[in-house]
Amino acid sequence: MRERVAIAGIGYTAFTSVSPGSSFRELTYEAAVKAYEEAGIEPKDVDSFVCTSEDFLEGYSISDEYCNDQLGAILKPAQTIPGDFIHSLAVGVMHVLTERFDIVVLQALSKASNMKTIPEMINFAMDPVLNRPLDVTAYTVAGLEMNRFLEEKRATRQQCAAVVVKNKANALINPSAAYGADVSVEQVLESEPIAEPVRLLDVAPYADGAVVMVLCSEKLVPSLCDNPVWIKGVGWSSDSPTLESRDWTDSVAVRLAGDMAYKMAGVACPAKEIDLAEVNDEISFKELQHLEALRLFDTGQAGKATEDGKTSPDGTLPVNVSGGGLGVGHLFECSGAQKILELVLQLRGEAGERQASDVSTALAQAWRGIPTTSAAVAILGN
Amino acid sequence: MAYQKVAIVGAGITKFVRRAQETGKELAFQASKMALDSCGMTMEDIESVSLGTAPDAFDGVHLKGEYLSDGSGGWRKPYMRQFVGGGTGVFAPIHGWLHVASGMFDTCLVVCSEKMSSCYPHPQGAFKTIFDHTTEQELDPTLIWIFALEMNRFMSAYGMTKEEIAQVSVKNKKNAMDHPAAQLPMEITVDDVMNSETLAWPVNRLDISPASDGAAAIVLASEHTAKRITNKPVWIDGVGWNLDTAYWATRDLSYPRYVEKAARMAYEMAGVVEPKREIEIAEPYDPFDYKELHHMEGLQLADRGEAVQMLLDGKTQRDGDRPMCPSGGALGVGNPIAATGLMKVIEIFLQLRGEAGKRQVPGSPRCGLAQAWGDLMQVGTVVVLRR
Amino acid sequence: MELNKKDLGGTHYKESALKEGKLLSLAMEPKLQYAWDNGPAIGRYLAELKEGRLIARKCNKCRRIMIPPRMFCELCWRPTDEWVYLKDTGTINTFSICYVNWDASRIKKGEKPHLPAVIEIDGASEGMGILHVLGEVEPEKIKIGMKVKAVWKKPEDREGAITDILYFKPVRR
Repeated sequence: MRERVAIAGIGYTAFTSVSPGSSFRELTYEAAVKAYEEAGIEPKDVDSFVCTSEDFLEGYSISDEYCNDQLGAILKPAQTIPGDFIHSLAVGVMHVLTERFDIVVLQALSKASNMKTIPEMINFAMDPVLNRPLDVTAYTVAGLEMNRFLEEKRATRQQCAAVVVKNKANALINPSAAYGADVSVEQVLESEPIAEPVRLLDVAPYADGAVVMVLCSEKLVPSLCDNPVWIKGVGWSSDSPTLESRDWTDSVAVRLAGDMAYKMAGVACPAKEIDLAEVNDEISFKELQHLEALRLFDTGQAGKATEDGKTSPDGTLPVNVSGGGLGVGHLFECSGAQKILELVLQLRGEAGERQASDVSTALAQAWRGIPTTSAAVAILGN
Repeated sequence: MAYQKVAIVGAGITKFVRRAQETGKELAFQASKMALDSCGMTMEDIESVSLGTAPDAFDGVHLKGEYLSDGSGGWRKPYMRQFVGGGTGVFAPIHGWLHVASGMFDTCLVVCSEKMSSCYPHPQGAFKTIFDHTTEQELDPTLIWIFALEMNRFMSAYGMTKEEIAQVSVKNKKNAMDHPAAQLPMEITVDDVMNSETLAWPVNRLDISPASDGAAAIVLASEHTAKRITNKPVWIDGVGWNLDTAYWATRDLSYPRYVEKAARMAYEMAGVVEPKREIEIAEPYDPFDYKELHHMEGLQLADRGEAVQMLLDGKTQRDGDRPMCPSGGALGVGNPIAATGLMKVIEIFLQLRGEAGKRQVPGSPRCGLAQAWGDLMQVGTVVVLRR
Repeated sequence: MELNKKDLGGTHYKESALKEGKLLSLAMEPKLQYAWDNGPAIGRYLAELKEGRLIARKCNKCRRIMIPPRMFCELCWRPTDEWVYLKDTGTINTFSICYVNWDASRIKKGEKPHLPAVIEIDGASEGMGILHVLGEVEPEKIKIGMKVKAVWKKPEDREGAITDILYFKPVRR
């Protein structure tokens, strides 16, 4: 039996549409102070730091340079993972499993409000020779995919809109969320078209925020935390990066990542064993596509399940109780961190008004956004 | 030791050239395919993939790791990118090591691909934005500034001359004449270096390694798998990495303490007690000639201020006591940032197996080291390899 | 597995082939714009620069007086305690004489070289330097350890940026 990996502490700032009072340094410092305080550690106790960042999100050519001072990681092993926070979580888990690192700190941050030309930046991720010259917004990729998804009767337009309604409503009782709102299916369907069938309200708006997490090996748990949350499984995968050779209906990477995590966690029947899930809902239909890829609902059933309230807070499998990206805000590489945060609060019984009942195994899934096909999944338990 | 021992079992590399016709994906594919072929493996045997590549600004593609994933074997595999600036090339095997040493995977394909030429007219421009956006970029800095500032401080602290330091460039560019992938192998003299264009005093053109396109790849395997694949596995016995504060202007630039800490971390893990004696061959990162000396001292392979004397005494030549950069280093082979570091790892891998051809150092070394540096004079990454 | 040149990938092309159109190419300039929130520490630093002053933060635990200022001490892992005004003089820690621009183009004939330097500011802790440039000095005369003083833009031209200091020039003790 391998030693397990636990989450000893987690710290976070609020997720807001702007954060003018703080630079990236102060935001991360705030989250780090809270995380270290909770775990009862100081920076000198930490064996390795893993930061999550992409150059063009920060506006630096080597964002790794500026990740460490605000974590107290001076003259310490530190690295940057250009991926989602859940990728960094996987790296943290691998550290502990080598049996040479006992305390690992993970970090992610979003300063979306400081990025003034976000559509151009997302466009900059498209293939420079085959796609960019077509001069269409990157959201087109989402439109193409959603259209295919609907065409294959995987969901109806109304069911996708129901995801938006649910998640924004959930966010109303999440004090950290930026975009809680009371919207109706009609309002979603009639909002401004972005790339048909994707409409404005189908797309998660951007937010700022920072999350820092402390991982520790099982043997340190008695000294560091009363209420450990265990990392039971992690998985990650990437499908084809090119638009021309990918599956347009299913998220293969999420399927592979999910299966890898389930195997590690010993979950044989996900639909029965996962009590709560926070999945990527950056575009409304993605929540449905991801739930099916994760085997939490059968093909073509997730949309109906949403309409029937099965994924609502009082349903059989609450999904995005925090509000998801649609309600909390899209946090770029920090998205997975917000999902893990929600799982930790739920598993500890600290989710306040939005606490779900009987949560013992929960899942978080990240997707790296347009135009990628990379995904990462983590399964936590108490 | 770690939960699982990890070995390098195969390697591949492309030529390093100033401008490659191949895309970054194709370079990555060429190197990865060669690495797999070298040990008779296919992608079916590969359980995980780690990619190292330097700033996205070079290729002109945001989320560059995603873009390069298909060329790197990342299709429908657990694929992840890591990035620690210039240290990436030697951090790549460390990131791969985490995959296997943890027991999560038995094999990992580690790829480093770099396409600097897409940044037109010169990749140097991409480095303006490594400086602090508020307190430094307004001064229009260039990358060469920080090296020149550091070189000046290093020279001044120990009374070294430019002529002495230039001998590193002479040595490495000559060593590179025997490296099949080399971009700028040449026999030059100290005078050639001194007479080359002064870019930012004290740095002259021939003190600097060239910008490059290129890729390299290695295959990592756990102990039981490695032994099935090859009878000459090279073990990753020690890994170390370290990041110093971003406030680089408040540090002693004459000594890379972050390289020392990374080295000590690797030595401790590898059970190396006397690095000067036990590390028989080394590839310290040499983007600029003085850096080889600077890093030798950080790596504890020379006392402070003494590396230059080892150079002058011929100890760091291939047939010397302590060969440094027998490959030809970045100065001679080329510097496609992430691929350079991996090239150095591959050099030690080949040297320890006796497969370095004309570059082979005498004495059948059993223990060697590769090191890279990066960020704003901040990162040290070190691997200690043993046969 | 010795390396053999004929087995290695990578095919070179000359820049002239590009310029002469022998190689198909696409050019693109991205529009990547940011407006960084500077936060309280750098925000105040810039505001003071506009007033012609350099300001630092002090950590009462390690007693370092730090420039650029920061709201937390990264070594003691605690918030810093007070603002401290510094002089606008300092000592050259290291310098360079640079003949290339940021984009690798060369300076024009007759143009003066850039003179970047790390300047330890008087009043801050030992070794606390900032990156800036030198001026009003012959390059051959610059020495590590030289004393320098900031030359500021006229008050009405200052914007609250590091360039409100035009350069540092040598002064006698």
